Amino acid sequence: MEYNGSAIVAMVGKNCVAIAADKRLGQQALTVDMDFEKVFPMTDRTYIGLSGLATDVKTVHDTLRMRVNLYKHREERVIEPRTMAHMVSHMLYERRFGPYYIEPIIAGLDKNQKPFICGTDLIGCPNFPSDFVVTGTAGSNLFGMCESLWEPDLEADDLFETISQALLNAVDRDAVSGWGAVVHVITPEGVITREIKNRMD
Amino acid sequence: MLAQAEHQQQSAAGFKFDNVKRNQLLTGKGFKQSTATKTGTTIVGLIYKDGVVLGADTRATADTIVADKNCEKIHYLAPNMYCCGAGTAADTEFTTNMVSSQIALHSLNTGREARVATAMTMLKHHLFRHQGYIGAALVLGGYDITGPHLYSIAPHGSTDKLPFVTMGSGSLAAMSMFESRWRPNMSRDEAVELVKDAIEAGIFNDLGSGSNVDICILTQGNVEYVRGYSRPNERVEKEQSYRFPRGTTEFYVTKTTETATAMDTSA
Repeated sequence: MEYNGSAIVAMVGKNCVAIAADKRLGQQALTVDMDFEKVFPMTDRTYIGLSGLATDVKTVHDTLRMRVNLYKHREERVIEPRTMAHMVSHMLYERRFGPYYIEPIIAGLDKNQKPFICGTDLIGCPNFPSDFVVTGTAGSNLFGMCESLWEPDLEADDLFETISQALLNAVDRDAVSGWGAVVHVITPEGVITREIKNRMD
Repeated sequence: MLAQAEHQQQSAAGFKFDNVKRNQLLTGKGFKQSTATKTGTTIVGLIYKDGVVLGADTRATADTIVADKNCEKIHYLAPNMYCCGAGTAADTEFTTNMVSSQIALHSLNTGREARVATAMTMLKHHLFRHQGYIGAALVLGGYDITGPHLYSIAPHGSTDKLPFVTMGSGSLAAMSMFESRWRPNMSRDEAVELVKDAIEAGIFNDLGSGSNVDICILTQGNVEYVRGYSRPNERVEKEQSYRFPRGTTEFYVTKTTETATAMDTSA
Protein backbone atom coordinates (compact mmCIF):
# COMPACT_ATOMS: atom_id res chain seq x y z
CA MET A 1 0.00 0.00 0.00
CA GLU A 2 2.80 2.40 0.88
CA TYR A 3 4.64 1.49 -2.31
CA ASN A 4 2.64 3.79 -4.61
CA GLY A 5 0.85 6.03 -2.08
CA SER A 6 -2.76 7.18 -2.27
CA ALA A 7 -5.59 8.95 -0.49
CA ILE A 8 -9.25 8.57 -1.38
CA VAL A 9 -12.35 9.72 0.48
CA ALA A 10 -16.10 9.71 -0.16
CA MET A 11 -18.79 11.62 1.75
CA VAL A 12 -22.56 11.70 1.87
CA GLY A 13 -24.36 15.04 1.54
CA LYS A 14 -27.96 16.13 1.12
CA ASN A 15 -29.18 14.41 -2.07
CA CYS A 16 -25.58 14.22 -3.24
CA VAL A 17 -22.33 12.38 -2.70
CA ALA A 18 -18.72 13.40 -3.25
CA ILE A 19 -15.63 11.34 -3.93
CA ALA A 20 -12.13 12.81 -3.93
CA ALA A 21 -8.63 11.49 -4.47
CA ASP A 22 -5.04 12.64 -4.72
CA LYS A 23 -3.21 12.30 -8.04
CA ARG A 24 0.25 11.05 -7.07
CA LEU A 25 1.82 7.86 -8.30
CA GLY A 26 5.13 7.04 -6.69
CA GLN A 27 7.65 4.29 -6.38
CA GLN A 28 8.24 4.69 -2.68
CA ALA A 29 9.80 8.16 -2.26
CA LEU A 30 10.22 8.77 -5.99
CA THR A 31 7.30 10.54 -7.61
CA VAL A 32 6.63 9.09 -11.05
CA ASP A 33 3.33 10.69 -12.07
CA MET A 34 1.34 13.69 -10.86
CA ASP A 35 -1.75 12.95 -12.93
CA PHE A 36 -2.54 9.37 -12.00
CA GLU A 37 -6.23 8.51 -12.10
CA LYS A 38 -7.57 6.60 -9.09
CA VAL A 39 -11.26 7.50 -9.28
CA PHE A 40 -13.17 6.17 -12.26
CA PRO A 41 -16.71 6.84 -13.46
CA MET A 42 -18.41 3.45 -13.87
CA THR A 43 -21.88 4.78 -14.72
CA ASP A 44 -23.41 8.26 -15.03
CA ARG A 45 -23.68 8.48 -11.27
CA THR A 46 -21.57 5.74 -9.75
CA TYR A 47 -17.86 6.31 -9.23
CA ILE A 48 -15.24 3.95 -7.86
CA GLY A 49 -11.99 4.92 -6.17
CA LEU A 50 -9.20 2.35 -6.06
CA SER A 51 -6.30 2.82 -3.67
CA GLY A 52 -3.31 0.54 -3.25
CA LEU A 53 -0.88 -1.14 -5.61
CA ALA A 54 -1.09 0.73 -8.94
CA THR A 55 -0.83 -2.40 -11.11
CA ASP A 56 -3.86 -3.83 -9.31
CA VAL A 57 -5.71 -0.52 -9.56
CA LYS A 58 -5.44 -0.89 -13.35
CA THR A 59 -6.25 -4.61 -13.42
CA VAL A 60 -9.27 -4.36 -11.15
CA HIS A 61 -10.56 -1.28 -12.97
CA ASP A 62 -10.32 -3.03 -16.35
CA THR A 63 -12.00 -6.21 -15.08
CA LEU A 64 -14.72 -4.23 -13.37
CA ARG A 65 -15.29 -2.11 -16.48
CA MET A 66 -15.89 -5.30 -18.41
CA ARG A 67 -18.18 -6.76 -15.76
CA VAL A 68 -20.25 -3.55 -15.56
CA ASN A 69 -20.57 -3.45 -19.36
CA LEU A 70 -21.61 -7.10 -19.47
CA TYR A 71 -24.17 -6.42 -16.72
CA LYS A 72 -25.60 -3.56 -18.77
CA HIS A 73 -26.02 -5.77 -21.83
CA ARG A 74 -27.41 -8.77 -19.96
CA GLU A 75 -29.82 -6.82 -17.75
CA GLU A 76 -30.60 -3.97 -20.18
CA ARG A 77 -30.28 -1.45 -17.37
CA VAL A 78 -27.54 0.49 -15.66
CA ILE A 79 -25.99 -1.08 -12.57
CA GLU A 80 -26.98 0.31 -9.18
CA PRO A 81 -24.20 1.44 -6.83
CA ARG A 82 -25.18 -1.17 -4.23
CA THR A 83 -25.09 -3.93 -6.84
CA MET A 84 -21.69 -2.75 -7.99
CA ALA A 85 -20.41 -2.78 -4.43
CA HIS A 86 -21.36 -6.45 -4.15
CA MET A 87 -19.79 -7.15 -7.54
CA VAL A 88 -16.50 -5.65 -6.37
CA SER A 89 -16.73 -7.36 -3.00
CA HIS A 90 -17.15 -10.78 -4.63
CA MET A 91 -14.34 -10.08 -7.12
CA LEU A 92 -11.99 -9.43 -4.23
CA TYR A 93 -13.12 -12.29 -1.99
CA GLU A 94 -12.67 -14.73 -4.86
CA ARG A 95 -8.99 -14.06 -4.35
CA ARG A 96 -9.16 -14.44 -0.57
CA PHE A 97 -5.86 -16.32 -0.40
CA GLY A 98 -4.00 -14.33 -3.06
CA PRO A 99 -5.56 -10.90 -2.97
CA TYR A 100 -5.33 -7.83 -5.15
CA TYR A 101 -3.60 -5.18 -3.07
CA ILE A 102 -6.35 -2.60 -3.33
CA GLU A 103 -8.99 -1.10 -1.08
CA PRO A 104 -11.88 0.29 -3.10
CA ILE A 105 -14.47 2.95 -2.34
CA ILE A 106 -17.76 3.19 -4.20
CA ALA A 107 -19.87 6.35 -4.24
CA GLY A 108 -23.02 7.10 -6.16
CA LEU A 109 -26.70 7.90 -6.26
CA ASP A 110 -29.16 5.03 -6.60
CA LYS A 111 -32.27 5.01 -8.80
CA ASN A 112 -34.20 6.94 -6.13
CA GLN A 113 -31.43 9.58 -5.98
CA LYS A 114 -30.46 8.31 -2.55
CA PRO A 115 -26.78 8.74 -1.71
CA PHE A 116 -24.75 5.54 -1.43
CA ILE A 117 -21.19 5.01 -0.25
CA CYS A 118 -19.32 1.81 0.44
CA GLY A 119 -15.79 0.75 1.20
CA THR A 120 -14.22 -2.69 1.33
CA ASP A 121 -10.93 -4.07 2.59
CA LEU A 122 -8.50 -5.90 0.30
CA ILE A 123 -10.40 -9.18 0.55
CA GLY A 124 -13.77 -7.62 -0.09
CA CYS A 125 -15.38 -7.19 3.32
CA PRO A 126 -18.05 -4.56 2.65
CA ASN A 127 -18.67 -1.60 4.91
CA PHE A 128 -21.71 0.64 4.41
CA PRO A 129 -21.40 3.73 6.60
CA SER A 130 -23.92 6.54 6.61
CA ASP A 131 -21.38 9.37 6.70
CA PHE A 132 -17.98 8.87 5.01
CA VAL A 133 -15.44 6.27 3.90
CA VAL A 134 -11.68 6.64 3.54
CA THR A 135 -8.87 4.56 2.11
CA GLY A 136 -5.19 4.76 1.17
CA THR A 137 -1.95 5.59 2.92
CA ALA A 138 -3.50 8.78 4.29
CA GLY A 139 -6.50 6.78 5.53
CA SER A 140 -5.94 7.34 9.22
CA ASN A 141 -5.33 11.06 8.61
CA LEU A 142 -8.54 11.21 6.61
CA PHE A 143 -10.43 9.48 9.40
CA GLY A 144 -9.39 12.26 11.75
CA MET A 145 -10.29 15.02 9.30
CA CYS A 146 -13.66 13.53 8.37
CA GLU A 147 -14.61 12.75 11.95
CA SER A 148 -14.29 16.44 12.83
CA LEU A 149 -15.31 18.19 9.59
CA TRP A 150 -18.22 16.09 8.35
CA GLU A 151 -21.75 17.03 9.30
CA PRO A 152 -25.08 15.72 8.04
CA ASP A 153 -27.13 17.25 5.20
CA LEU A 154 -24.44 19.33 3.49
CA GLU A 155 -25.52 20.87 0.18
CA ALA A 156 -23.43 20.03 -2.91
CA ASP A 157 -21.35 23.24 -2.71
CA ASP A 158 -20.72 22.88 1.03
CA LEU A 159 -19.92 19.20 0.61
CA PHE A 160 -17.28 20.16 -1.96
CA GLU A 161 -15.57 22.46 0.53
CA THR A 162 -15.73 19.92 3.36
CA ILE A 163 -14.40 16.97 1.36
CA SER A 164 -11.70 19.11 -0.29
CA GLN A 165 -10.42 20.47 3.01
CA ALA A 166 -10.52 17.01 4.58
CA LEU A 167 -8.45 15.58 1.74
CA LEU A 168 -6.05 18.51 1.45
CA ASN A 169 -5.18 18.59 5.12
CA ALA A 170 -4.88 14.80 5.30
CA VAL A 171 -2.42 14.50 2.40
CA ASP A 172 -0.30 17.35 3.72
CA ARG A 173 0.60 15.08 6.66
CA ASP A 174 1.28 12.07 4.42
CA ALA A 175 4.58 11.99 2.56
CA VAL A 176 3.53 9.56 -0.15
CA SER A 177 0.20 11.04 -1.25
CA GLY A 178 -0.90 14.43 -2.55
CA TRP A 179 0.61 16.24 -5.55
CA GLY A 180 -2.71 17.38 -6.95
CA ALA A 181 -6.23 16.26 -6.19
CA VAL A 182 -9.54 15.76 -7.93
CA VAL A 183 -13.05 16.05 -6.46
CA HIS A 184 -16.24 14.71 -8.02
CA VAL A 185 -19.57 15.86 -6.62
CA ILE A 186 -22.41 13.66 -7.82
CA THR A 187 -25.87 15.26 -7.84
CA PRO A 188 -29.16 14.22 -9.49
CA GLU A 189 -28.52 16.86 -12.19
CA GLY A 190 -25.01 15.69 -13.03
CA VAL A 191 -21.45 15.36 -11.86
CA ILE A 192 -19.21 18.33 -11.12
CA THR A 193 -15.52 17.47 -11.38
CA ARG A 194 -12.98 19.90 -10.00
CA GLU A 195 -9.20 19.72 -9.91
CA ILE A 196 -8.23 21.50 -6.73
CA LYS A 197 -5.14 23.50 -5.95
CA ASN A 198 -2.84 21.99 -3.38
CA ARG A 199 0.76 21.82 -2.11
CA MET A 200 3.15 20.18 -4.54
CA ASP A 201 5.68 18.89 -2.02
CA MET B 1 -12.31 -13.26 -26.37
CA LEU B 2 -11.92 -11.61 -23.01
CA ALA B 3 -15.60 -12.10 -22.27
CA GLN B 4 -15.30 -15.74 -23.21
CA ALA B 5 -12.28 -16.22 -20.99
CA GLU B 6 -14.15 -14.50 -18.19
CA HIS B 7 -17.07 -16.92 -18.60
CA GLN B 8 -14.74 -19.85 -18.34
CA GLN B 9 -13.19 -18.33 -15.25
CA GLN B 10 -16.57 -17.67 -13.69
CA SER B 11 -17.69 -21.25 -14.13
CA ALA B 12 -14.71 -22.47 -12.11
CA ALA B 13 -16.07 -22.51 -8.59
CA GLY B 14 -14.04 -21.75 -5.48
CA PHE B 15 -11.13 -19.49 -4.73
CA LYS B 16 -8.58 -18.26 -7.26
CA PHE B 17 -4.91 -18.51 -6.53
CA ASP B 18 -3.43 -16.75 -9.57
CA ASN B 19 -2.04 -13.85 -7.53
CA VAL B 20 -0.41 -16.01 -4.87
CA LYS B 21 3.00 -16.43 -6.50
CA ARG B 22 3.26 -12.76 -7.37
CA ASN B 23 2.20 -11.77 -3.87
CA GLN B 24 4.81 -14.05 -2.31
CA LEU B 25 7.46 -12.45 -4.51
CA LEU B 26 6.26 -8.98 -3.58
CA THR B 27 6.21 -9.79 0.15
CA GLY B 28 9.70 -11.27 -0.19
CA LYS B 29 10.88 -7.96 -1.63
CA GLY B 30 9.51 -6.14 1.40
CA PHE B 31 6.07 -5.09 0.14
CA LYS B 32 3.80 -4.37 3.05
CA GLN B 33 0.33 -5.85 2.78
CA SER B 34 -2.48 -3.90 4.39
CA THR B 35 -4.46 -5.61 7.12
CA ALA B 36 -7.85 -7.15 6.52
CA THR B 37 -10.80 -5.91 8.54
CA LYS B 38 -11.33 -7.95 11.69
CA THR B 39 -14.35 -7.87 13.87
CA GLY B 40 -12.44 -7.88 17.17
CA THR B 41 -15.77 -8.64 18.67
CA THR B 42 -17.85 -9.83 21.52
CA ILE B 43 -20.54 -12.24 20.35
CA VAL B 44 -22.77 -14.31 22.60
CA GLY B 45 -25.79 -16.56 22.64
CA LEU B 46 -27.90 -18.23 25.30
CA ILE B 47 -30.90 -20.51 25.54
CA TYR B 48 -33.79 -19.44 27.74
CA LYS B 49 -37.26 -20.79 28.47
CA ASP B 50 -38.88 -20.11 25.06
CA GLY B 51 -35.92 -19.88 22.67
CA VAL B 52 -32.52 -18.42 21.91
CA VAL B 53 -31.08 -14.92 22.33
CA LEU B 54 -28.07 -13.85 20.26
CA GLY B 55 -26.05 -10.71 20.95
CA ALA B 56 -23.16 -8.82 19.33
CA ASP B 57 -21.23 -5.57 19.58
CA THR B 58 -20.83 -3.39 16.45
CA ARG B 59 -17.12 -2.49 16.17
CA ALA B 60 -14.99 -3.49 13.17
CA THR B 61 -11.25 -2.93 13.33
CA ALA B 62 -8.34 -2.81 10.87
CA ASP B 63 -5.30 -3.27 13.12
CA THR B 64 -5.78 -0.55 15.74
CA ILE B 65 -8.07 1.64 13.62
CA VAL B 66 -11.81 1.41 14.13
CA ALA B 67 -12.91 0.70 10.55
CA ASP B 68 -16.65 0.73 11.24
CA LYS B 69 -18.37 2.01 14.36
CA ASN B 70 -21.71 0.40 13.67
CA CYS B 71 -21.35 -2.81 11.66
CA GLU B 72 -23.75 -5.75 11.64
CA LYS B 73 -22.37 -8.94 13.14
CA ILE B 74 -25.59 -10.93 13.48
CA HIS B 75 -26.00 -12.43 10.02
CA TYR B 76 -29.18 -13.83 8.51
CA LEU B 77 -28.98 -17.54 7.75
CA ALA B 78 -32.58 -18.65 7.32
CA PRO B 79 -36.00 -17.42 8.50
CA ASN B 80 -35.50 -19.41 11.72
CA MET B 81 -31.73 -19.06 12.08
CA TYR B 82 -29.23 -16.29 12.66
CA CYS B 83 -25.48 -16.46 13.09
CA CYS B 84 -23.05 -14.14 14.88
CA GLY B 85 -19.59 -13.83 13.35
CA ALA B 86 -16.20 -13.00 14.86
CA GLY B 87 -12.74 -12.97 13.30
CA THR B 88 -11.87 -11.91 9.74
CA ALA B 89 -14.87 -9.82 8.77
CA ALA B 90 -14.88 -10.85 5.10
CA ASP B 91 -14.80 -14.54 6.07
CA THR B 92 -17.75 -14.32 8.46
CA GLU B 93 -19.73 -12.32 5.90
CA PHE B 94 -19.10 -14.63 2.94
CA THR B 95 -19.26 -17.92 4.86
CA THR B 96 -22.67 -17.12 6.35
CA ASN B 97 -23.91 -15.77 2.99
CA MET B 98 -22.89 -18.92 1.18
CA VAL B 99 -24.43 -21.26 3.75
CA SER B 100 -27.55 -19.09 3.79
CA SER B 101 -28.08 -19.66 0.07
CA GLN B 102 -27.36 -23.38 0.42
CA ILE B 103 -29.95 -23.58 3.20
CA ALA B 104 -32.50 -21.74 1.06
CA LEU B 105 -32.02 -24.27 -1.76
CA HIS B 106 -32.09 -27.15 0.74
CA SER B 107 -35.45 -25.96 2.15
CA LEU B 108 -36.82 -25.61 -1.38
CA ASN B 109 -35.68 -29.14 -2.29
CA THR B 110 -36.99 -30.80 0.86
CA GLY B 111 -40.06 -28.61 1.30
CA ARG B 112 -39.23 -28.23 4.96
CA GLU B 113 -37.72 -25.62 7.18
CA ALA B 114 -34.04 -26.44 7.60
CA ARG B 115 -32.77 -27.62 10.98
CA VAL B 116 -30.14 -25.75 12.92
CA ALA B 117 -27.96 -28.88 13.00
CA THR B 118 -27.97 -28.88 9.17
CA ALA B 119 -26.65 -25.32 9.03
CA MET B 120 -24.10 -26.15 11.71
CA THR B 121 -22.86 -29.15 9.71
CA MET B 122 -22.60 -27.09 6.51
CA LEU B 123 -20.62 -24.41 8.30
CA LYS B 124 -18.25 -26.79 10.05
CA HIS B 125 -17.59 -28.78 6.87
CA HIS B 126 -16.74 -25.59 5.00
CA LEU B 127 -14.43 -24.37 7.75
CA PHE B 128 -12.77 -27.75 8.31
CA ARG B 129 -12.16 -28.16 4.58
CA HIS B 130 -10.12 -24.95 4.67
CA GLN B 131 -8.14 -26.06 7.72
CA GLY B 132 -8.63 -22.86 9.73
CA TYR B 133 -7.48 -20.52 6.95
CA ILE B 134 -10.99 -19.13 6.78
CA GLY B 135 -10.87 -17.14 9.99
CA ALA B 136 -14.52 -17.28 11.03
CA ALA B 137 -15.58 -17.96 14.63
CA LEU B 138 -19.33 -18.28 14.75
CA VAL B 139 -22.21 -18.44 17.20
CA LEU B 140 -25.17 -20.11 15.53
CA GLY B 141 -28.64 -19.93 17.02
CA GLY B 142 -32.02 -21.03 15.77
CA TYR B 143 -35.40 -22.55 16.50
CA ASP B 144 -36.50 -25.54 14.45
CA ILE B 145 -38.92 -28.48 14.65
CA THR B 146 -36.84 -29.98 17.46
CA GLY B 147 -36.76 -26.78 19.52
CA PRO B 148 -34.13 -24.15 20.30
CA HIS B 149 -30.47 -24.82 19.46
CA LEU B 150 -27.26 -22.97 20.09
CA TYR B 151 -23.82 -23.83 18.71
CA SER B 152 -20.40 -22.24 18.70
CA ILE B 153 -18.21 -23.02 15.69
CA ALA B 154 -14.44 -22.42 15.77
CA PRO B 155 -12.40 -21.50 12.64
CA HIS B 156 -10.97 -25.03 12.34
CA GLY B 157 -14.45 -26.54 12.25
CA SER B 158 -14.94 -27.86 15.77
CA THR B 159 -18.34 -27.23 17.30
CA ASP B 160 -19.88 -27.08 20.76
CA LYS B 161 -23.56 -27.38 21.63
CA LEU B 162 -24.10 -25.53 24.87
CA PRO B 163 -26.81 -23.62 26.72
CA PHE B 164 -24.69 -20.44 26.67
CA VAL B 165 -21.68 -19.51 24.53
CA THR B 166 -19.42 -16.53 23.90
CA MET B 167 -16.84 -15.90 21.18
CA GLY B 168 -14.40 -13.28 19.96
CA SER B 169 -11.80 -11.19 21.77
CA GLY B 170 -14.43 -10.11 24.31
CA SER B 171 -15.52 -13.68 25.03
CA LEU B 172 -13.83 -13.75 28.45
CA ALA B 173 -15.54 -10.59 29.62
CA ALA B 174 -18.88 -11.83 28.33
CA MET B 175 -18.44 -15.32 29.77
CA SER B 176 -17.81 -13.87 33.21
CA MET B 177 -21.33 -12.43 33.09
CA PHE B 178 -22.82 -15.70 31.88
CA GLU B 179 -20.95 -17.87 34.39
CA SER B 180 -22.12 -15.75 37.29
CA ARG B 181 -25.70 -15.09 36.21
CA TRP B 182 -26.99 -17.72 33.77
CA ARG B 183 -29.68 -20.07 35.07
CA PRO B 184 -31.78 -22.68 33.26
CA ASN B 185 -35.30 -21.63 32.13
CA MET B 186 -34.80 -17.86 32.40
CA SER B 187 -37.62 -15.55 31.36
CA ARG B 188 -37.36 -13.58 28.15
CA ASP B 189 -36.67 -10.27 29.89
CA GLU B 190 -34.01 -11.81 32.13
CA ALA B 191 -32.35 -13.46 29.13
CA VAL B 192 -32.25 -10.28 27.05
CA GLU B 193 -30.93 -8.28 29.99
CA LEU B 194 -28.15 -10.82 30.60
CA VAL B 195 -27.15 -10.85 26.91
CA LYS B 196 -27.07 -7.04 26.90
CA ASP B 197 -24.89 -6.98 30.02
CA ALA B 198 -22.56 -9.64 28.58
CA ILE B 199 -22.04 -7.63 25.37
CA GLU B 200 -21.57 -4.42 27.35
CA ALA B 201 -18.94 -6.21 29.44
CA GLY B 202 -17.12 -6.84 26.17
CA ILE B 203 -17.69 -3.32 24.86
CA PHE B 204 -16.21 -1.70 27.96
CA ASN B 205 -13.52 -4.21 28.97
CA ASP B 206 -12.25 -5.45 25.61
CA LEU B 207 -10.51 -2.99 23.25
CA GLY B 208 -11.47 -5.01 20.18
CA SER B 209 -15.17 -4.53 20.91
CA GLY B 210 -17.17 -1.33 21.09
CA SER B 211 -20.13 0.90 20.19
CA ASN B 212 -23.63 -0.63 20.39
CA VAL B 213 -25.42 -3.84 21.32
CA ASP B 214 -27.36 -5.74 18.65
CA ILE B 215 -29.76 -8.43 19.80
CA CYS B 216 -31.69 -11.17 18.06
CA ILE B 217 -34.42 -13.19 19.81
CA LEU B 218 -35.46 -16.44 18.13
CA THR B 219 -38.57 -18.23 19.33
CA GLN B 220 -40.97 -20.73 17.78
CA GLY B 221 -42.05 -19.21 14.45
CA ASN B 222 -40.79 -15.76 15.36
CA VAL B 223 -37.66 -13.65 15.11
CA GLU B 224 -37.06 -10.29 16.69
CA TYR B 225 -33.93 -8.56 15.45
CA VAL B 226 -33.14 -5.36 17.36
CA ARG B 227 -30.37 -3.27 15.85
CA GLY B 228 -28.91 -0.99 18.53
CA TYR B 229 -30.84 -2.53 21.44
CA SER B 230 -28.53 -0.56 23.70
CA ARG B 231 -26.48 2.44 22.58
CA PRO B 232 -24.16 3.31 25.45
CA ASN B 233 -21.68 5.21 23.26
CA GLU B 234 -23.73 7.83 21.40
CA ARG B 235 -21.66 10.64 19.98
CA VAL B 236 -22.52 13.95 21.64
CA GLU B 237 -23.62 16.77 19.41
CA LYS B 238 -20.78 18.97 18.15
CA GLU B 239 -20.58 22.28 19.94
CA GLN B 240 -19.24 24.05 16.89
CA SER B 241 -19.60 23.68 13.14
CA TYR B 242 -16.48 23.37 11.00
CA ARG B 243 -18.34 24.27 7.84
CA PHE B 244 -16.12 26.18 5.42
CA PRO B 245 -17.40 29.28 3.62
CA ARG B 246 -18.05 28.56 -0.05
CA GLY B 247 -15.03 29.51 -2.14
CA THR B 248 -12.45 28.43 0.46
CA THR B 249 -10.97 25.76 -1.78
CA GLU B 250 -9.20 26.99 -4.89
CA PHE B 251 -9.67 24.90 -8.01
CA TYR B 252 -8.29 24.96 -11.53
CA VAL B 253 -10.62 23.03 -13.77
CA THR B 254 -14.32 22.39 -13.58
CA LYS B 255 -16.01 19.84 -15.73
CA THR B 256 -19.73 19.30 -15.47
CA THR B 257 -21.16 16.10 -16.80
CA GLU B 258 -24.90 16.32 -17.08
CA THR B 259 -26.83 13.15 -16.46
CA ALA B 260 -28.59 11.95 -19.57
CA THR B 261 -32.37 12.30 -18.96
CA ALA B 262 -32.30 11.35 -15.29
CA MET B 263 -30.72 7.98 -16.10
CA ASP B 264 -33.29 5.33 -16.89
CA THR B 265 -32.56 2.34 -14.67
CA SER B 266 -35.94 0.72 -14.96
CA ALA B 267 -35.95 -0.37 -18.62
